Amino acid sequence: MASKKFLYINRRAPHGSIYAHESLEVVLIGAAFEQAVTLAFIDDGVYQLMQNQDTGGIGVKNFAPTFRALGDYDVNQIYVEQESLELRGLSKDDLIPLTYEDEDDDWAEKDSIHVVSSAELADIIEQQDVILNF
Amino acid sequence: MKFAILVNEGPYTHQASDSAYNFTAAVLRAGHEIVRVFFYHDGVYNGTRLSVPPQDDRNVSDRWAALAQQHEVELILCVAAAQRRGLLDDDEAKRAGKDSSNMAEGFQISGLGQLIDAGIQADRLIVFGD
Repeated sequence: MASKKFLYINRRAPHGSIYAHESLEVVLIGAAFEQAVTLAFIDDGVYQLMQNQDTGGIGVKNFAPTFRALGDYDVNQIYVEQESLELRGLSKDDLIPLTYEDEDDDWAEKDSIHVVSSAELADIIEQQDVILNF
Repeated sequence: MKFAILVNEGPYTHQASDSAYNFTAAVLRAGHEIVRVFFYHDGVYNGTRLSVPPQDDRNVSDRWAALAQQHEVELILCVAAAQRRGLLDDDEAKRAGKDSSNMAEGFQISGLGQLIDAGIQADRLIVFGD
């Protein structure tokens, strides 16, 4: 099977619509296909990675803890747009600390999340074969 | 060229489904290949056979089904998205203990793996959504 670069762009807030939740379902299924997987979070999509989400008040499932499993699925290229964070008064410290164990580096624990500028993200998008935009 | 199509919005509420249909028809007219049309999110509602639009409006489900029959295009509804939203084929309805199914002719229910596979097989995956 040909190996392609898949990018999932997440643009929406985690709750209020189902796009974010169902996007994560595609990512988890897609991880089994042994393709190169990258996630990008822009605009309100950056809220998806916020720490301490509590959906009790709105009666919907809190799927944010599932992000922590991504490292185990070899999904460890996660890019968050700096401008989107700044516009919302957020920084990387507000985000769930996602990590993975690097098998090429004696299983050292490494950060999966990289905060990048809009211009850097444009380069990353440019390198992809398949882009799924949620 | 081989195209895969992803439809993320339901019919009538949103232009995405119409645009996806028109694009798919244009691809086929131009002699290209459609690997698969995959319906996700509210896009699964494109596959209902119980839609009854006014006589002077387009029938979105019938239009997709006719295109699929004419060109042997696969129309796939995501099973998880469809179950959530009450779009069931006969097997799913039976399994879930429901009294009826509502999936239109020409559509099939399958998993998200079919979306990933479409992305791998196609030269271009085109997403129609909000």
